[in-house]
Amino acid sequence: MSTPVTTASPAKTSSPPRLRTPRKPAPDKRRRSVLMTVLMALMVLYTVVPLIWLVINSTKTQAGLGDSNGLWFAHDFALWDNIRDTFTYHDGIFGRWLLNTLLYVVLGAGGATLLAVLGGYALAKFDFPGKRAIFAVVIGAVAVPGTALAVPTFLMFSKMGLTDTPWAVIIPSLVSPFGLYLMWVFAAEAIPTELLEAARMDGASEVRTFFQVALPLLAPGIVTVLLFTTVATWNNYFLPLIMLKDPDWYPLTLGLSAWSNQAQTIGGDVIFNLVITGSLLTIIPLIAAFLFLQKYWQSGLAAGSVKE
Amino acid sequence: MRRTTGRILRGIALVSTLALGATACGGSDDDSDTKAVSAADIKAALDKGGNITVWAWEPTLKTVAADFQKKYPKVKVNLVSERSGDKHYTALSNAISAGKGAPDVAQVEYFALGQYSLTKGLTDLAPYGADKLASKYTPGPWNAVSDGDKVYGLPMDSGPMALFYNKKVFDKYKIAVPTTWDEYLDAARKLHKADPKAYIANDAGDAGFTTSMLWQAGSRPYKVDGTKVGINFDDAGAKKFETVWQKLIDEKLLAPVNGWTDDWYKGLGDGTIATLATGAWMPANFSTGVPNAKGQWRAAAMPAWTKGDKASAENGGSSLTVPALAKNKELAYAFTEYANSGDGVATRVSEGAFPATKAELESADFQSKKFDYFGGQEANKIFAESAANVASDWSYLPFQAYANSIFNDTVGKAYVSNATLADGLKAWQDASVKYGEEQGFTIEK
Repeated sequence: MSTPVTTASPAKTSSPPRLRTPRKPAPDKRRRSVLMTVLMALMVLYTVVPLIWLVINSTKTQAGLGDSNGLWFAHDFALWDNIRDTFTYHDGIFGRWLLNTLLYVVLGAGGATLLAVLGGYALAKFDFPGKRAIFAVVIGAVAVPGTALAVPTFLMFSKMGLTDTPWAVIIPSLVSPFGLYLMWVFAAEAIPTELLEAARMDGASEVRTFFQVALPLLAPGIVTVLLFTTVATWNNYFLPLIMLKDPDWYPLTLGLSAWSNQAQTIGGDVIFNLVITGSLLTIIPLIAAFLFLQKYWQSGLAAGSVKE
Repeated sequence: MRRTTGRILRGIALVSTLALGATACGGSDDDSDTKAVSAADIKAALDKGGNITVWAWEPTLKTVAADFQKKYPKVKVNLVSERSGDKHYTALSNAISAGKGAPDVAQVEYFALGQYSLTKGLTDLAPYGADKLASKYTPGPWNAVSDGDKVYGLPMDSGPMALFYNKKVFDKYKIAVPTTWDEYLDAARKLHKADPKAYIANDAGDAGFTTSMLWQAGSRPYKVDGTKVGINFDDAGAKKFETVWQKLIDEKLLAPVNGWTDDWYKGLGDGTIATLATGAWMPANFSTGVPNAKGQWRAAAMPAWTKGDKASAENGGSSLTVPALAKNKELAYAFTEYANSGDGVATRVSEGAFPATKAELESADFQSKKFDYFGGQEANKIFAESAANVASDWSYLPFQAYANSIFNDTVGKAYVSNATLADGLKAWQDASVKYGEEQGFTIEK
């Protein structure tokens, strides 16, 4: 800023290289619709504004939240204090909830993905009696929301004495009908049956065929399913809510809700600033996972869509 | 005190309560509790040691539990803090109906005590010596935990009502602090006229608040004698409340904000909600929830229904109870007694809890405490006077938790439609009567 002479930006002296094909108005076949553009803009606002709100408000103290506009910064900037307080409040229980969530994701989502891969492969590539019945059950199960099953599951686990243990969250997470269905469809398309037959002709065992021939071909599908189950487990709220009582086993979702509920308790500590900061910290790993795995799962979703 | 998040859970709680009732009917009468437990028995249990589980969200109990363990090193107190009423009662009802998994000590709010004591879910603490503690407590809380010669818990805190008001707003528009509810209505009109964004209070229909207001107005809608229950909102006290509150609703003088939400905390902070008639536990929530309005608020006595009348009422407050299924009742009682009657009280008061014990309420230290938040006001004097003026003949329904859950479907209509408060209270009465009959209560009309 002090020496304006040296900061002449190169962008101004030479026009930036254009990566697109030269502009020719005639062959532009894509139709532009004002309505669609407006709708898309509204959608973007709808999805992005809450995120912006979250980022802005995690920089405020509890006092700042009370006397500033929701969509602009308060006079105080307390993001670092908030992050520190989030991790130290109540003997650092937020860290424990983070580890719990990771545990549920690794065992629950990881296990669900494993089961979906094994099951999907078997259903796609083997013929056995009852296959149609299984298909019907899986398709039916996709339609049943997990929330509807939560209370019966609770009663069952209660009888088995498993409520209020991590198993009560992990075991139901292992079942992912949608993941199984996706793997099934994917395996049917991505693994040429001829390839398996060739492997068998060469004398490979079924296990070896699966691991060395099928599994590499399934990789994009596995990443897709893993991403779906990870998001589902990471965001799981209702199941842990009715299964768990001990805050030491809470996942982040439940912990944050408990913090938020403190504001509704007589004599409770009101910590909306930590709830907001905690929520921001909670979504960061998911965003990271999406960005990191994006290329895999996009190719996974498109697989089989074009027959060569 | 709760938000919509608990709707589904309330359903589960309801089912559990039904199951609880069924269990209690089917269970045999267990009278093994009635034999007296001497102080020596309790002392012996404390020396022997053991573990007790406490389900409570009251924040000051953390220090109390630590002190208790220091005093009795062989006892381990496992404090489980749910920090939310709905889940707490669901879990407690579930454990009681399942016959296992109940804690040794459970925090239960006064309004919810009836549903547990009536179904024999709680231990009668009188044989443990609790009956001798009556004179230590103010009448409101003691009346709430005791039933004849039975004592179902020890009062932990109380909520004598006071009027909290935003002095800055009242000064700005030169409005006098109301001492009667008629003056309150005038103040509401003046304030809203001076600043259309500002309201005298928020109320979108809150069962706990309405019952407390009826209590103060002298209405006694609920009569409870064992399983005989009377429900009638048609009395002079209720009329007084309806008249004033209907005008506030009709003239749109109440902010349509639900209590305990972030909007509510924001409104208390920015001057758009100018008063709050609630329990004396509110200062703690003010200082953590609305730190930006420090110095703006003051406490005053509740406005009177007729000038010069000092009648007050309770709002909120809770007790510690020992569930009938508790494994270690001697230790559980010892902890309850320590926290709510013994050394624990001083600890809890020093950490900001509002006491239910006369000695603390009347002590000079307590009364002369200056609240920085209220600009140095000695607010405890107002609260203590209110506590002494609480009429003790109020009772809640034995199924008040259910009744409160249908409040918004009945009385709540008066806030959003053309129905009047009187219609709403009548609908609430009818629905409560119907539910009570279904539950096997004898309803006297």
